[in-house]
Amino acid sequence: MTAPSNRTKPLALAAVLAVLLGGPASAGHMDTLGSPPPEPVPGTFGDPTHFTEAGGEAIYVSVCTGCHMPGGRGAIGAGAYPALAKNPKLEAAGYPIAIVLHGQKAMPPLGDYFSDQQVADVVNYLRSHFGNDYKDPVSAEDVKASR
Amino acid sequence: MSEANPPPLTRRHLLSLIGTAAGSSAMYMATSSLGLAATSDYAGPIKLEGDAKGTSILILGAGLAGLVAALELRKAGYKVTVLEYNDKIGGRNWSLRGGDRYTELGGFTQECRFDKDLYLNPGPWRLPYHHNAILDYCSRLGVALEPFVQVNHNAYVHVSKGFGGKPQRYREMVSDFAGHTSELLAKVTGQNQLDEAVSKEDQEKLLAALKGWGALDKDYKYQAGTEASERRGWDKDPGGGLSAVPVPSTPVGLSDLLNTNIWQFVATGIQNNYEMQTPLFQPVGGMDMISRAFGREVGDLVRLNSKVTAIHQTESGVTITYQDTKTPGQPLQAKADWCLCTIPLSVLSQIDISVGTAMKAAIDAVPYASATKIGLQFKRRFWEQDDRIYGGMSYTDLPIQQIGYPQHGIFGKGKGVLLGAYVWGPYSFEFAALPPEERVRKAVEYGAQIHPQYPAEFENGVAVAWHRRPSNLGCFGVWTDEARTQHYQDLCQIDGRILLAGEHASYIPAWQEGAILSSLDAITRLHQRVLAGATSHSQRATP
Repeated sequence: MTAPSNRTKPLALAAVLAVLLGGPASAGHMDTLGSPPPEPVPGTFGDPTHFTEAGGEAIYVSVCTGCHMPGGRGAIGAGAYPALAKNPKLEAAGYPIAIVLHGQKAMPPLGDYFSDQQVADVVNYLRSHFGNDYKDPVSAEDVKASR
Repeated sequence: MSEANPPPLTRRHLLSLIGTAAGSSAMYMATSSLGLAATSDYAGPIKLEGDAKGTSILILGAGLAGLVAALELRKAGYKVTVLEYNDKIGGRNWSLRGGDRYTELGGFTQECRFDKDLYLNPGPWRLPYHHNAILDYCSRLGVALEPFVQVNHNAYVHVSKGFGGKPQRYREMVSDFAGHTSELLAKVTGQNQLDEAVSKEDQEKLLAALKGWGALDKDYKYQAGTEASERRGWDKDPGGGLSAVPVPSTPVGLSDLLNTNIWQFVATGIQNNYEMQTPLFQPVGGMDMISRAFGREVGDLVRLNSKVTAIHQTESGVTITYQDTKTPGQPLQAKADWCLCTIPLSVLSQIDISVGTAMKAAIDAVPYASATKIGLQFKRRFWEQDDRIYGGMSYTDLPIQQIGYPQHGIFGKGKGVLLGAYVWGPYSFEFAALPPEERVRKAVEYGAQIHPQYPAEFENGVAVAWHRRPSNLGCFGVWTDEARTQHYQDLCQIDGRILLAGEHASYIPAWQEGAILSSLDAITRLHQRVLAGATSHSQRATP
């Protein structure tokens, strides 16, 4: 139903990634409505009850970066959001699938907001980007079995 | 004659008569009006009697739960220290004003550039009339309150794919929904289709009630005319003199209310739930006036910029390990007899804490909701001047979900800050994933569909996505019924020398009242334990 991650539109996302990855800190001058808006990630703000982004990259950029940050670098405050870059816990694909579906501690359960295919796509994206290079992609059926 | 006289009617006797005659709900209402039963869990100022003998306690977190505990426990004779992660007290009791800098996770820093006296409450922003504990603390601490307009009949409800995308007045939609549904019910009542549910005599009364409830005309129809216009408003309002004659308005059809989904903003609990029922209140000058007032009382007890990394206990006391976030270096330690921990579970679940498996499982079991609030400053208060909207909020199916109109400075000639987005669920995750300036930009873009004045009048904005607030990692603890059954009791127990408090340890999640009631409940139980323990300790000390 939804496109696997390797068929997302890398060009459409490049502009967004350039903005998001531009630097760790961006000063707050927010009355510059004149500057051109970046290309939105397709599917963002599509539905109030579930995510409508298609493909791992789009889902990661439009949803996951809120906590795990551009580039999967994670963030540390009073608690932390783990870095997903070079994260050995991604080795067993069942682990990220379960965390996305059911949550854990500060990670909210997102299973109700995602289709099986979306979860598979974003897990496959994480496991093949940010310095992770796992060769065993998961399927929507794998996700369904973990619900 | 004296023998025939009944004994004087006591209040208790009167109540038992009311209870017998009218059932328990009438009994409850009567007791409330006579001042015997409280309308909430709050039983008035806490009384911690008995000598605490200088028992020491470390309170983790200087939000309202921690501040209430600090105030009351010091008063009861405890030696109190509070550790707070942020560089200010208050926790989610927070206001952003011009000159404030806010750095969220990821290093994104915003400079709030609102004009003087304008502010955004990124967290809680309203106090229901029945949240008696927080209202009482405001009273005791001298925090001035003013009305918070929750329901504004002249604000908008808006569906992007209905009514040509044009926002509709709440007044019109709520009247039309009540009118049409009343007409339908009157129709089946008149056709005697409710025989089993409503007696013959009551059918007449029901019809009269529906006529009044729904603003039906003499034929029990809801349609253009005086009755409906007196509810939903007129095309031309009644006036004076020669131009006085009003022009009735025409209701929209029931199918329009249903198939556009605009009914969701008028026929659900969105304005009707207990917590939204009027009147509500807000502190004059910003929500953080409450934590500032606490600061004047117990600010001297609080150590700011303290990041807790471990919470350990033995049979005799607790040891807290923490880092000074401004001068990183060797970890610091603090010791006390007891620990009251109010750290949000999203953070606490990641901290090394020596409690039993039941409490630890409870700490790990509560995910935190995503919420985003965006404040926008405009050059003039066009929502008042052009749209006649004074306070309250508009609802939309756009990703911004709500627009909240400032309750302070109404009728002011200068600038205004409104709440340009109040977002939950998937849309909030998506707002959080944008850099702050993009969140603001989207709020302006979407809001312009409701108020076309936006682009010309916008000046600046701030956006708070709660999952990126470093001290919180989320907005509030979300309990399911299953999680409550499995974990709530364990979360609220005293575990050795440690106990927890906060909105997450209450049945009023997200509300400040929950944090305060949780804290009062916790310190009451703690104090009982301390008094009992002090006795046994002195007994042990006796040879």
